[in-house]
Amino acid sequence: MSEKIKFTIDGKQCEGEKGRYLVDVAAENGVYIPVLCHWKDVIPAGSCRICTVKINGRFVAACTTPVEDGCNVENNTPELQDIRKAIVEMLFVEGNHFCPSCEKSGDCDLQGLGYLYQMMVPRFPYAFERRELDASSPKIFLEKNRCIFCKRCVRMIKDEKGKSYFAFKGRGKDLEISMDKTIAANISDELAQKAMDICPVGAILKKEVGFATPIGQRKYDNVPIGADIENLQKTNGGKK
Amino acid sequence: MNEKILGIIEAYGRSPYRLVDILLSLQKEFRCVSDEAVNIVASELGLSEVDVRQTKSFYHFFTTEPVGKYAVYLNNSAVSEMMGMADVVDEFEKLCGISFGQKTADGLISLDHTACIGMNDQEPAALINSVVFTGLNRQKVREIVAAMREGKPVESMVTEYGDGNNAHPLVLSMVKNNIRKAGPVCLGEYETGKALARSLTMGSKAVIDEVKSANLRGRGGAGFPAGLKWQFCAHEAGDRYVFCNADEGEPGTFKDRVLLTERAQMMYEGMAIAGWAIGAKEGILYLRYEYLYLKAFLENVLEEMRNQNLLGKNILGKGFDFDIRIQLGAGAYVCGEESALIESSEGKRGEPRNRPPFPVQKGYKNNPTIVNNVETFCSAVKIIENGAAWYKKMGTEDSSGTKLLSISGDCKMPGVYEVEWGMTIHEMLRMVGAENVQAVQVSGPSGVCVPPTQFNRQIALEDLPSGGSMIVVGKQRDLIKDIVLNFMAFFEDESCGSCITCRSFNMILRRQVQKVVEGRAIKPDLDNMKDWGEIMAKTSRCGLGQTSSNPISTTLANFRELYEARVKDEDFQSDFDMEKAIAESCEAVNRPPIVHE
Repeated sequence: MSEKIKFTIDGKQCEGEKGRYLVDVAAENGVYIPVLCHWKDVIPAGSCRICTVKINGRFVAACTTPVEDGCNVENNTPELQDIRKAIVEMLFVEGNHFCPSCEKSGDCDLQGLGYLYQMMVPRFPYAFERRELDASSPKIFLEKNRCIFCKRCVRMIKDEKGKSYFAFKGRGKDLEISMDKTIAANISDELAQKAMDICPVGAILKKEVGFATPIGQRKYDNVPIGADIENLQKTNGGKK
Repeated sequence: MNEKILGIIEAYGRSPYRLVDILLSLQKEFRCVSDEAVNIVASELGLSEVDVRQTKSFYHFFTTEPVGKYAVYLNNSAVSEMMGMADVVDEFEKLCGISFGQKTADGLISLDHTACIGMNDQEPAALINSVVFTGLNRQKVREIVAAMREGKPVESMVTEYGDGNNAHPLVLSMVKNNIRKAGPVCLGEYETGKALARSLTMGSKAVIDEVKSANLRGRGGAGFPAGLKWQFCAHEAGDRYVFCNADEGEPGTFKDRVLLTERAQMMYEGMAIAGWAIGAKEGILYLRYEYLYLKAFLENVLEEMRNQNLLGKNILGKGFDFDIRIQLGAGAYVCGEESALIESSEGKRGEPRNRPPFPVQKGYKNNPTIVNNVETFCSAVKIIENGAAWYKKMGTEDSSGTKLLSISGDCKMPGVYEVEWGMTIHEMLRMVGAENVQAVQVSGPSGVCVPPTQFNRQIALEDLPSGGSMIVVGKQRDLIKDIVLNFMAFFEDESCGSCITCRSFNMILRRQVQKVVEGRAIKPDLDNMKDWGEIMAKTSRCGLGQTSSNPISTTLANFRELYEARVKDEDFQSDFDMEKAIAESCEAVNRPPIVHE
């Protein structure tokens, strides 16, 4: 067993194991820190920055920072809430996200966060970037307009030899997600499903299947994103 | 073709860690890395094609289509523009009949831009097939293009060589050192091997203590105490590595170019001393691609030092083994960040890593690694030679020793100056012969734009820290257009994109500056730019995103009147332009747009 440590998030006493990432330990303590790129037990990318918190006054990403004994974490402060809302708004203007026509609507983490932070009109000018749709694989669509560069697929979808199906291409303003046409031609149904499931938005979609759950009954249609983590706290009555 | 590709892959031991080297060799051989070549490399290295392509597409000097037989890369940094780049562009385009970004139909000449190539003291400058051409003007462009048309080798177009080792048979470059002031540390007297011999008798811990006691702080810009870094690394278990960061990409800095040319032994000696101090056997010099013209020379210096038993096995008979290899970059500013530099050296995209772990814990191939700047290693040599007390007599209390400044822009004597920390901007401007100064850009685009009212501030880590880039901006310049917009376009290109905040906000902010320059901005845009820049600074992982809003924030703080003069006195305007939005459909139906206000 690793060393137990104590720390606070917005004044609330929390406990956890030293060295684990703050975002996971916070969740176990019933504190929701929003994420888009993080996936538990996968090497973090630290790329979406939506989990930005302040630890002892310094801005850090909660998904890449291990908890330390006695640290004071700020999470739901107005300053951080505004930063997170700004990141959500920024993602809506830099890509092309049309929720009503998106297959992932209701299951989309970005949309969920848009509701959580009550985004109305983004403060930033729309970029109207032209991006491609890659339909070359018989199993999946890669809808680049919706990609938020979280790298989940880059990190998690590999073949048995460790080769990547997905990778970044270019850098800076020319950055895009790309799919390996050669190996994606033979991707298994399971892996295609996994790729779609881990995508926080609707950028990766499985071909030739309908969507079983109707809009209105999907993941975030009736409960806000993060409620599962915060409800854990309520059902436990705050007990550990 | 396949034979050649396989040969190149074989030459690098079929190792994915050497992917950047493999791609560099392919680019050199075929003037491109074609999709076909990518596929062969992928299959030979056991990678997927996108794995290879993600590295390839990260770096500026890899192309999918062949570049011209003469590939012109003209620097478009702010100082190049200030020194007459527009004329050079115009002449090249007129004579070649193509625009920048294009290639002549016969495939002879391609014209492209590139970010600062470390020649700000002799702009406008360009790389042509990695040969450096400086001080370009219309006449020189005419000569160069004529020589290209005659099919002359690029090397033969350089007829006059620069001073010092620029005239060395392995360099033969027109680059001038422009050493205007030699101080006692990096550019003073130097005898190769003395400090290394001393280190080996001192013992490794004593070396670290000496460097710590001298309070030597990293010269790349961040100012982290070098001795402390060495100590942390020495305490970690594993095969330790010493990296020298010769990727000076901050626009306006060129002092490492001069050290690489004139103090290569000293830099290598500093690396060996660090290797001894931390217990490393291997050192890597990460050399930016723009300095490829120095590679043969630098390889030769390594060979000489091996012959002198200052590198290699059993150095100076003390049982210490240490050797150095050169790793080339391929054109990416962000690789100057130490963990990005390590990623790049491992054949990957140069994306900065998350910390912890720090490079001193898990760096190159997950081994404990120190990364220090060229100047830091050179300074360490003198500290060991003359002692920490000697070193600390120079500079200020918090910033000991000397600093190399690369000074360029609107001044009479651009060049490299070795000065003690603590010099004021006033003193610096007198030293370089600068008059009618509007502003000084301290430490490059990621630094601070300092107005005349603050010229009494000191160049020191505790006041105005600097990695070395100092750009003097005269009163005749349009500060927002010539400087701020240029810098933001630079960051927009150079953000690795790994943090989406850095990728997107640099794009958004560049467009906002463009809006101001074009007179389309309104008052609230100014506060927005400031606020949005702060969000990027607070949420980005590495120094790039944390500082890339500085061109805006520091000019808004110090030169707000320049912005206010260009914005409309309105509180709201629609970003939506109806005429523009319907232009395409109007054209299709052949009808002029009728917009009701």
